[in-house]
Order: sequence, then C-alpha cells, then structure tokens
Amino acid sequence: MSEHKSTYNPQSGIEKWLDRRLPILRLAHDSFVDFPTPKNLNYWYTFGGILTFCLMTQIITGVVLAMHYTPSTDLAFGSVERIMRDVPFGWLIRYIHANGASMFFLAVYIHMFRGLYYGSYKEPREVLWVLGCVIFLLMIATAFLGYMLPWGQMSYHGANVITGLFGAIPVVGEPIQTWLLGGPSIGNQTLQRFFSLHYLLPFMIAGVVILHIWALHVPGNSNPSGVDVKDVKKDTVPFHPYYTVKDGFAIVVFMILFSVVVFYFPAALGHTDNYIEANPLVTPTHIVPEWYMLPFYAILRAITFDLGPIDAKLLGVIAMFGAIALLFVLPWLDTSKVRSMRYRPTARYFFIGFVICGLTLGWCGAKDPDEALPFMTLGADQLVIDYTDVNGNPAQRFFDDFDLAKQALEDQPASAAATLGVKKGDAIRFIHLAQFMTLYYFAYFLLIVPALGLMERPKDEPDSIHKSVLKGKANATAPEAVAAE
Amino acid sequence: MNILRTLTLAAAAFGLALSAHAAGGQKHAEPPEGGWPFEGALGEFDKDSLQRGYQVYREVCSTCHSMKLLSYRNLGEAGGPFYDPDYPAAQNPLVKAFAAEDEILKGVDDVGEPVYGAATPADQFRAPYANDNAARAANNGALPPDLSVIAKARHGGASYIYSLLAGYPEGAYESELEFPQAGGDDGHHGDDHGEGYHGVLTQPAGQYYNPYMQGDTTPQWDGDPRHTPPGGFLAMAPQLPDGRVEYIDGTEATTKQMSADVAQFLAWAGEPKQANRKSAGLKVIAFLSIFALLLWFSYHQIWRGVEH
Repeated sequence: MSEHKSTYNPQSGIEKWLDRRLPILRLAHDSFVDFPTPKNLNYWYTFGGILTFCLMTQIITGVVLAMHYTPSTDLAFGSVERIMRDVPFGWLIRYIHANGASMFFLAVYIHMFRGLYYGSYKEPREVLWVLGCVIFLLMIATAFLGYMLPWGQMSYHGANVITGLFGAIPVVGEPIQTWLLGGPSIGNQTLQRFFSLHYLLPFMIAGVVILHIWALHVPGNSNPSGVDVKDVKKDTVPFHPYYTVKDGFAIVVFMILFSVVVFYFPAALGHTDNYIEANPLVTPTHIVPEWYMLPFYAILRAITFDLGPIDAKLLGVIAMFGAIALLFVLPWLDTSKVRSMRYRPTARYFFIGFVICGLTLGWCGAKDPDEALPFMTLGADQLVIDYTDVNGNPAQRFFDDFDLAKQALEDQPASAAATLGVKKGDAIRFIHLAQFMTLYYFAYFLLIVPALGLMERPKDEPDSIHKSVLKGKANATAPEAVAAE
Repeated sequence: MNILRTLTLAAAAFGLALSAHAAGGQKHAEPPEGGWPFEGALGEFDKDSLQRGYQVYREVCSTCHSMKLLSYRNLGEAGGPFYDPDYPAAQNPLVKAFAAEDEILKGVDDVGEPVYGAATPADQFRAPYANDNAARAANNGALPPDLSVIAKARHGGASYIYSLLAGYPEGAYESELEFPQAGGDDGHHGDDHGEGYHGVLTQPAGQYYNPYMQGDTTPQWDGDPRHTPPGGFLAMAPQLPDGRVEYIDGTEATTKQMSADVAQFLAWAGEPKQANRKSAGLKVIAFLSIFALLLWFSYHQIWRGVEH
C-alpha cells in the first residue's frame, strides 16, 4: 500500500542520524516489518519467501564452488569431483547447489501456478507478473549455463542441442550460434564464457527480484479471495511477525524436503551420463534436459511438420519460445475481471487441465517420442522383407510368423537383395500425446483464457477480505473453507 | 483449494516417475542376494568387502582400468577400506605399503629426463597406460573406461557392475551362443523382450555378449528380430572366473563373491564421502524437524485471536 504511512520511529541516536541521511532502515521497516499484508494468505503464498531462500542458497554455495572449480575442458570434470572428495564439506556444498536448482524450479513452478489460479497477474499487478516472467527466463538461462559446467556427457550434448536451436533461425541463426559458442563448435572458450555468464546471471536475477518486490509493494499482495484490501485495519495484518513466522515455518518445512533430497537422493534428479566426462565423439542414446526443462523440450519435439515456408525445426523453436512468451502477455489475454478462480467455477476446470497439461508435457519430454504409451499398443509388430522384384522395383512383403518369413527370405534369389526388418505395430505414441498437450497449452492461453472471461458466469465475490474470512469460519465444515487459513 | 492439494500430491508422484529415466533394452541390474549393506538411510559399507574389492581391483581390473580420481591416501581415510583410527591416512602402514609397491612417473630430473619411483600415499592410483591411445592399442581399439566414478555413471550403480561382471553367459568365449540357454536362466523377466527368444547369437571377434550391457543384439541375431536377447556386446571378456584371486582373508573367491566385492569397492570409490553424507543428513533433518515444530507453535501463538 503506497499510501500507507511510514510507522518507523527511530529510537537510538545512530538510527536518527542514519534516517536523515539514508533512510534504509525506514525502508526495511516499512517493507518487511509494518507492511500491511492481507490476513487470508494461505500456504501457496509462502513460495515467494521460499524462492528468496533458494536464490540466496544458490548464490552462497555457488560462490564457494567457484573458488574450487576450474573452467577448462581438460580439468572441469576432475575439479568437480575434487570438490566432492577433497574440499571440506565440498560434497555437501555441491549437492546443495546441484539439487538447489531443482528445488528452485519446483518452488518457482508452484509460485507461478499459484499466480495463475488466484489471478495475481491481473490489474494492477501486470508489471509484477512480467518481472516474474523475466526472472523465470533468467533462471532457465542460468540453469542451462550451469549444467554445462560439470563437463559431463549430458552437459556437452545438451548444450549442443540447445545452442543448435539458434542455428535453425534463418539468415542470422548461424552467426548467432557461432557468437554464443565463441567458435564453430563447443570448446574451451564456450565453457569459459558459460562459467562467466553463469556467475553473472544470478546477480541479475537478484536485481530483478528487488524490482519484483518493489512492484509487489506498490499495489500490495493479491490474496485468495481476489478482492482488494478495503480496510487496512480489518483486512490486513503487519508482515512482521505474522508472515515472518508463517513464511519461516514454510521455509523450514521446505528445507526438510530439500535435505531429504540432498542427503539421501542426491543423484535422483540428475542423469547418470553426466558422470561420464564429455566426449564430442560419443553421443548419448537419449539426450534429455534436466526435469524442469522437459515440458518445453516436449513442445520443441512435438512439432514434426512443416508449416508453409517454415520447416519443422524452426517451427519447434518458435513454439518452444512462444510457450514462454505467452506467459509475458497473459495479463492482456485474460478478459475476466474476477481474479480468484475460487469464484470462477468453469475456469477452474480448465486450469486443472492446464496443470495436467504441464505435467504430461514433462512426462513426454523424458520419454522417447516413438515409444508407445502405456496400454496404447493397437497392433502387433510385423516382420517385413524388403526386396527388389523381377522388374527391378523395390517391394515389400509382410509376415506375422517368423518361420514363414525366414522361408520367404531364403526363397528370394540373391539378385533380390532381400533383407528382414521389423515394422512397428500401430500405437498411440508419446509424440501424439505431446502434440495434443502442446495444442492444449497454446489453446489455453490463446482461446480458453480470453473466451472464458467473456462467456463464464462467475460466482459472487465476497465484499471484502474480512468478510470472506468470516464466511469461511462460519461454514468451516465445508471442505472449500478449510483452505482459507 | 482441495483440488490444488491433490494436484501437489500428483505432482510429487509424477516427479518421482520422471526421475526414472527410460532404460534401454538391457536386463535390469539386480543386487547380490541379501542386497547391499550400504543402501538405505543408515546403510554403511562392509569394510571387509571393501578390502577384498580393492584386492580384486588391484590384481585384476587395474591391468586395464585406471582410477584417476583416487589417491592411495583415500584408502586410509575415514570410511575407506583400510581406515585405521591410529594413523592419519598418509601414515597408514598398509596404505604406504600399497603405494610403495607401485612404480609411477614422479616427474622430471634436472636435465629433463623422466624419473620413475615408488608411489607415496599422496600420489594418484597408478594408471595402466600412459594415455588413451596406448590403452586402445593394447585393447583391440576399445578404451577401458576409468573406474573412479563408474558406479555413479551407470544406471543401477553397484548392482549394474555386479550383474555385468557375474552375468556373462555360459560359453562366453564361443563364437556362437544358442538361445534359450541350457541351464535355464535366460531371464526374460522384467524386460520387454516378449515371451522368450529362440535363435543363435553370433559374437563379433573380440566382443562378448552380456545381457546387462547397453546395446543392440539385432544385427548379430538370426532369430525373430522382434524378440532379440537383451543386452549388447562389450570388448571385455569375462574377468572373474572362480578362484581368479586368492583372498587374503580366506573368503572363497567365487565369481559372485568377487563381483560383489569389487562392485562395493567401486561404489565407495565413486563417492567416498557418502557415509558422512548419510549420517550428517540424519542430524540435519532431526534439527530442522524440531525447528519446524517450534515455528509451528510460534505461528499458532502469534496468529491466535486473528481471524484468518
């Protein structure tokens, strides 16, 4: 609340002295102590605090790791292992940092879904949302750069695939790719610049986070009821101690989950191939990004068709970046005036569909696109003999029985150059699922969200936060109300 | 809101499912009977097995495989196979003795000639070959991988190493293998190779079939290409026939015993600090749980009387 009067009252002489020169303590007091915060925020709203914790953890562990890491193609892999073995608590610092990226993305995705559900991106919080999208984009870039540093097989070949995407852009693509890599292919110079940028970007994230918090503190927090604060006394509580203790509790619970991963499953989210030192000459059978990029990877691979003059590869790249770009313009795509989906019964179902869509895309991204979906094999595999017929034309014969196929193969004259192969049976495959979900992803932003605001009949919103809380207490037996804590 | 809660659970379950990356067409690696002692939240390495595993590595594996990330001193560090609380790692008499038996390149002398000498605990494990080219030349063109982190670099970890070493078929040196194999365990349980496979598999020269190896057997298979034997070929012949080493502690050196011991040794070598990690984890999580409990009570105390 920008109109909220500062209640900072400097006590000691030094505070008074500082307040007249640099009112930084006043700023901190007004932002994090006396800041009026809606009293109905639930646990989904604690992820902002959790993300601050994640960013600080990554920066602190990262700075220590950089003291021991060597960005050179000959030494990088070994230096990471040296950290694990010889640096005091190096194994802990490195596992926190590597798994911290996963925890960071887990938290940011929940934070974003919360924003979608409660309409936190709507007027007057558009800039707040866009800044959040900028942070997300910077996070993706930072994670991608960081994944290169251990110089394992997946680091190298993953980076090769992703930087290769830029090569798909017509005319300027290849010069851009060369510029990113610092040469025609990934080499020592690439590793060094990736390391340098990986150190730079987190501080840019920290800068945008400050803007993000600033943009949050102008209109104030959104809240699960979606209505504005009407009466600061009735509707809000000061941030401290009410939300410092609630966020603190949530952060510590998050740290427990974090610790379980770091101490007991530190490799579960990684890929075994990344413990093989990078070798440009050997390509892993399945190149997959880290789990948090899988949905976008699935969208990239889902585009297997050309569209007019645009070939499939470029179209895939456009779709993948488009999927992120749509987030930026969401505030202007949504036509509904009602913020919270609590009061939007129809939109809520499409939102659930969107969450399932995101998870399913992640699943598709992890799988071989040609693999059949579970229980979705429609026909059995057939044997196929390719041969040249008497007229010299290529021909095929299909068999179900191996002995018959073998007999037919032997009966063919040598001039037929017959070979035996397998024709995969019909099935619904991961690629089909990915294509369907990609369609839903884009339809959600471009059709469903704009149309719903015009067509849907929302439920009545409460008059104020205060009343929504009291109403929730009154029928506390109803399952919907329990969550309003 | 309840919907959101359900979704969180679904997301968590989904995350777990995702972490199981798609494996290829090889047999699923199994641990030895009774499982590994080092698995689980409280698991620890079996020190005797680690010592035997080092013996197998030293006498068999190290002829071809390097372990560049390990130094002799690691053997005597806490959690290591020869840890002795009476000595710092570098003074451990066993470690010193192991190092002293190996001759390594120590550097160059005043006129630039290479100097060879006995290793010290601070030195890295002696590598069998001077460089990759020498290693390839001595092994039919195949490069024996460095074993320092092999347990972390393969799906299944120690179980994979154990299964691979003990999993060569009967008649591994024959040029042709007939399936199903006599003796029964052609093991098509738990893999997606259909209901059995019948035919003859031709082993390429200098290559050995192993059902646990990643690869493709189709080109070498004369049976139905829809039902090929799982696994692939590797350049390493079976290395651990019964009695290949004579264990110092008198344990009977069966193929399975040696495979299990060396697999456990390599699991330790891949992450020597994992015992510290697990014991520290218990303390950290206990501390955080108590802290969380206190915060939860504080939260309820502070919010008491506020309708929210």
